[in-house]
Amino acid sequence: MSLLEARGLAVEFPRRRGAAIRPVDGVSLSLGEGEALALVGESGCGKSLTALALLGLAPAPGTIAAGAVLLGGTDLLALPERGRRAFRGGRIGYVPQEAGGALDPVLALGTQLAEALAVHRALRGSGARARAAALLAEVGLPEPEAMLRRYPHELSGGMRQRALIALALAGEPEVLIADEPTTALDVTVQAQILELLGALRRSRGMGLLLVTHDLGLVAGYADRVAVMYAGRIVEEARVEGLFARPAHPYTRALLAAVPHIEGTLAPPRPIPGSVPDPAAWPDGCRFHPRCPDVLARCRAEPPVLAPLGRGPDGDPLLHRAACWVAERKR
Amino acid sequence: MSEPLLAVRELAVHYPRRGPFGRRLPPVRAVDGVSFDIAPGEALGLVGESGSGKSTLGRTILRLQPATSGEVRLEGRDLLAVSRAELRTLRRRMQMIFQDPGGALDPRMTAGEAVAEGMIVHRHVPAAGIPGRVAALLAEVGLDAAAAGRHPHEFSGGQRQRIGIARALAVDPAFLVCDEPVSALDVSVRAQVIGMLGELRQRRGLALLFIAHDLAVVRQVAARIAVMYAGRVVELGPSMDVLSTPRHPYTQALRSAVPVADPASRPGRIVLTGEPPSLSPPPPGCPFHPRCFHPARDARCVTERPQLRPVGPVLAACHHAS
Repeated sequence: MSLLEARGLAVEFPRRRGAAIRPVDGVSLSLGEGEALALVGESGCGKSLTALALLGLAPAPGTIAAGAVLLGGTDLLALPERGRRAFRGGRIGYVPQEAGGALDPVLALGTQLAEALAVHRALRGSGARARAAALLAEVGLPEPEAMLRRYPHELSGGMRQRALIALALAGEPEVLIADEPTTALDVTVQAQILELLGALRRSRGMGLLLVTHDLGLVAGYADRVAVMYAGRIVEEARVEGLFARPAHPYTRALLAAVPHIEGTLAPPRPIPGSVPDPAAWPDGCRFHPRCPDVLARCRAEPPVLAPLGRGPDGDPLLHRAACWVAERKR
Repeated sequence: MSEPLLAVRELAVHYPRRGPFGRRLPPVRAVDGVSFDIAPGEALGLVGESGSGKSTLGRTILRLQPATSGEVRLEGRDLLAVSRAELRTLRRRMQMIFQDPGGALDPRMTAGEAVAEGMIVHRHVPAAGIPGRVAALLAEVGLDAAAAGRHPHEFSGGQRQRIGIARALAVDPAFLVCDEPVSALDVSVRAQVIGMLGELRQRRGLALLFIAHDLAVVRQVAARIAVMYAGRVVELGPSMDVLSTPRHPYTQALRSAVPVADPASRPGRIVLTGEPPSLSPPPPGCPFHPRCFHPARDARCVTERPQLRPVGPVLAACHHAS
């Protein structure tokens, strides 16, 4: 039984002329208790919009045009805006990129945490203060009592990212969505932050959705992976299965483009072409213009995300791909 | 070994600091006694955390900012000592590529004008030859001739970086400082730019100082790596050796923090505690000692500054490296 489930999410943007575009176009995901799912893809594939849609948000003038986000049997998207707010920042926490100026520069950390605790936990006064300090300690910030009085500019990038995680934890979320939480950080700090997210997930039994373009992070810190391309999930698998037997040509191309720190010095191979514009998604499989294995069917008919056969117990495999070439090998 | 193209000796960049009421404070030692050579056509990778001084080092080598002391010899001439006029002619030999290719290009200039600017300033090519040269340079970085008439906002990040590279190549330099040239790019575009820099190095015999924080990227571009920490080079050697058997504890921590795109290999991570040190003044002795985890660390690490010394195939600045 999954903790969070998204079904057929679509995010739509109107255009001055012509039909609306759908940068997220029918995305379904599920996340179990204590599980880490990575959502991977190039810039422009729709992964950040998907993350926001899971919170019931779409940047204006966009709207969530279709789909459901189920948490404990309730569809967040069916609720009025007021009801959604209890989920957003409450049952579903969100950790943005530190680089985006996500902390308020004129408020001390304690004030920012107090605000979140008042809204989501109805905590005030000394109770809120104690809770805020405990959260800062939980994310590994030193001298949490003194830290409450510090301002964002007094902290390093890594410390600010920890503070953002503490803010996301203030609502005691069951699910934490982290959008590129380490992109702006040094590699040593990145490792610290990812270790922290992993530890919090285990200690709190939270589901973690890690949005990233870095397959290296995926390998070390996720249980399952969903690969996104041109607004759709094209492959989904346990992390070991994805790296050992990538089924979608896009996944294989992404893996080949990553430079390796170990082993032979094979130069990374770029993926020819670029991610198509949402105003002109290709027909059939959206990857077909860049695909080395393209079949006639790929140009005409969109493939569906389907299990790659059955396991020894007869159940359909959890490794799924949306690819006609993979379908033929099934 | 043949004559190096670039020789950096004991280079230091200190920023003076003053407190309230003009009180003198210890200077920030952003770069503190750095020495290395780069041979013609060689690529040296320079890695380290933000604030380690690697960008300052790159900019100071090109004399884009003043040095406090030391020497930077390009083709035998000391860049820190030459006259303005001589520096002007030497500038043609050395160019820079930036991390943010958008910010480095003037939004009002077309790609063609941006590429031509250096040739005009340095009177490198007769005016009549410029359009042909611009087209050839754009082709060399994989852009078609029509790109010359377009403005920066009409290009993707990867294409803007290509324009930045064409602009740098316009005056036929012998040496390029590349400051995090692919950090802002997507993985696939990153692979394209890395491949292109490798080809350019071979075809043009270009020497590169390749500054990056991603060790896997540096390894693709550079056969030698210098690791910087708190303004100093703490390890220097062939990339293969530095990455497979790092000798300095800081390099070991940096190496183990690199995420490996293979779920089967989850090596024991060394997660560094604490933050990079203040550089005003840096810690006495070894700058890494407050965060060091080497089992043999001792009082000497706190009092005596370790110098780069041969340790196996590399140079390492650690009293206890072996």
